[in-house]
Amino acid sequence: MMLLDIADLSRRFSSGGRDVAALSDVSLTLAPGETLGLAGASGSGKSTLARILLRLIPADGGTIHFEGKDWLTLSGAELRRRRAKMQMVFQDILGAFNPRATVASVLDDPLRIHEIVPKAERPGEIAALLERVGLPASYATRSIREVSGGQRQRIAIARAIATRPSLIVLDEAVSALDVSIRGKILELLVELQQERGIAYLFVSHDLAVLRAVSHRIAVMQAGRLVEIGTASQVIENPQSSAARALIAAVPRLVTGLPERHYYDV
Amino acid sequence: MRRIQNITKTPEGAIGFGIIAALMLVALFAPIVSPGDPLRIAGSPLLAPFVDPAFPLGTDRLGRDVLAGIIHGTRTSLAVGIAAAIAAIAIGLCVGLAAGFAGGAVDEALMRIVDAFQIVPSFLLALAFVSVIGASVPVVVLAIALGAWADPARLTRAQVLSIRERDYVASARVIGMHPVEIAWKEILPNALPPVLALSAIIVAAAILTEAALSFLGLGDPNIVTWGSMIAEGRNVLRSSPSLSIFPGLALVITVIGVYLLSEGLTKALAGRRSEA
Ligand SMILES: Nc1ncnc2c1ncn2[C@@H]1O[C@H](COP(=O)(O)OP(=O)(O)OP(=O)(O)O)[C@@H](O)[C@H]1O
Ligand SMILES: [Mg+2]
Repeated sequence: MMLLDIADLSRRFSSGGRDVAALSDVSLTLAPGETLGLAGASGSGKSTLARILLRLIPADGGTIHFEGKDWLTLSGAELRRRRAKMQMVFQDILGAFNPRATVASVLDDPLRIHEIVPKAERPGEIAALLERVGLPASYATRSIREVSGGQRQRIAIARAIATRPSLIVLDEAVSALDVSIRGKILELLVELQQERGIAYLFVSHDLAVLRAVSHRIAVMQAGRLVEIGTASQVIENPQSSAARALIAAVPRLVTGLPERHYYDV
Repeated sequence: MRRIQNITKTPEGAIGFGIIAALMLVALFAPIVSPGDPLRIAGSPLLAPFVDPAFPLGTDRLGRDVLAGIIHGTRTSLAVGIAAAIAAIAIGLCVGLAAGFAGGAVDEALMRIVDAFQIVPSFLLALAFVSVIGASVPVVVLAIALGAWADPARLTRAQVLSIRERDYVASARVIGMHPVEIAWKEILPNALPPVLALSAIIVAAAILTEAALSFLGLGDPNIVTWGSMIAEGRNVLRSSPSLSIFPGLALVITVIGVYLLSEGLTKALAGRRSEA
């Protein structure tokens, strides 16, 4: 059974008299434990898809089934409860945290809201989460502004796995990071996936990143899904002009490295 | 404590803080520094300043001590100014938060009311309000607040609308946080600082409005205020200008102090943001 089934999803934006079809009839599926890379040029609608999926903005049309249930008709307390199963990591490594938060409070919120562990065990769980993403447990007391960008993204990942989700949407989650840190974060994500069977929808405009983590890659152009296939199919034998343009933007892809190796630069 | 240090790091902030702290002390200890009713007749009328050590700033037409008046006037000015600013910020915050969070028709309706209050000159509003209801300190405070809440309301709403779109609010929704908790913990604390920075300007404006109302005889007649002292002195402006000049100076110094403090506050807040 599919974990996620998106059918004919559409969304238009009209701002200042300009009408943009950010998403037109996008359909795709995701299996449990699978990584689907979502590629596309800037403005092709990747973030719009991610935000609709996370119920941050409404869709104009189409359906989403997540874990077998209609996801777009959920609301209120039921939606909040089910959100535990679908988490997100944002691109903006600073903006994704309340500037007043501490590392502990960032991780405490999801544990408290979803009652993942009893109250007394929360500090221990926070320490375990930090250690799992490669940070010392002593970081818990720090202000979120006192940790570096790469560390912050590790905390964002810890927050995302705190509720034990089955799907994590990562919108350009490594784009803002240094190339040297990027590889380590991708490695961590792949490890977590193998360990916990989490599925990823991995949004990026960088095919080199997607190739390192994706089982399949979908390519978007102007709100439409123009190509979808296994990572090696799409990269070695692209069918759409959009995919070819993305490949041309990453020269080292042409050398034919094996698929889904760890991304070391 | 760290906040205060941040404010006093800039020269404006340090001077403003010094002036306001001194005035606060004077206001707080007025009954000790200058005991007795400042409105009582204390000596012979129209004593020139700097002559009699018992009345360093002289006496007025009725023989009341000018220095005592100024000291006790500090209380009124600061109390009315600060109370009016607190009331204005409180009203503005409530309206701005309601408009920003509710959106739609509620937002539209509230913002039209804000527009209406912003169009009417705030001094006229206060004047009308006090003349209709009668002069007493609470009425004056309310009258001034009525003319001053529109700016904080507008700013609060703008802050809420902008912070609502931040990624950290999206993150809070994604982890399933309740909307009330999001408003209370994620949005409100981050929306407040710029609105609070506005409060100093409102205090300064409120002090001036209070003085102007008293000058026109619309202040509380039972307490001494700088505005009423200036108005008193106006009758003998040619022969004893000092009767108007001293309370006028006190007013100017206070307002400048408040402005400088607000500059320092704004810079301290901006500095904190750029550190982040
Ligand atoms: N809130 C909005 N209001 C108006 N237009 C919007 C809004 N959000 C997105 N759009 C438009 O929708 C289209 C798709 O935007 P989206 O952010 O999904 O693209 P993207 O693929 O994520 O691009 P990028 O790689 O730059 O992040 C763009 O044309 C964008 O201008
Ligand atoms: Mg995007």
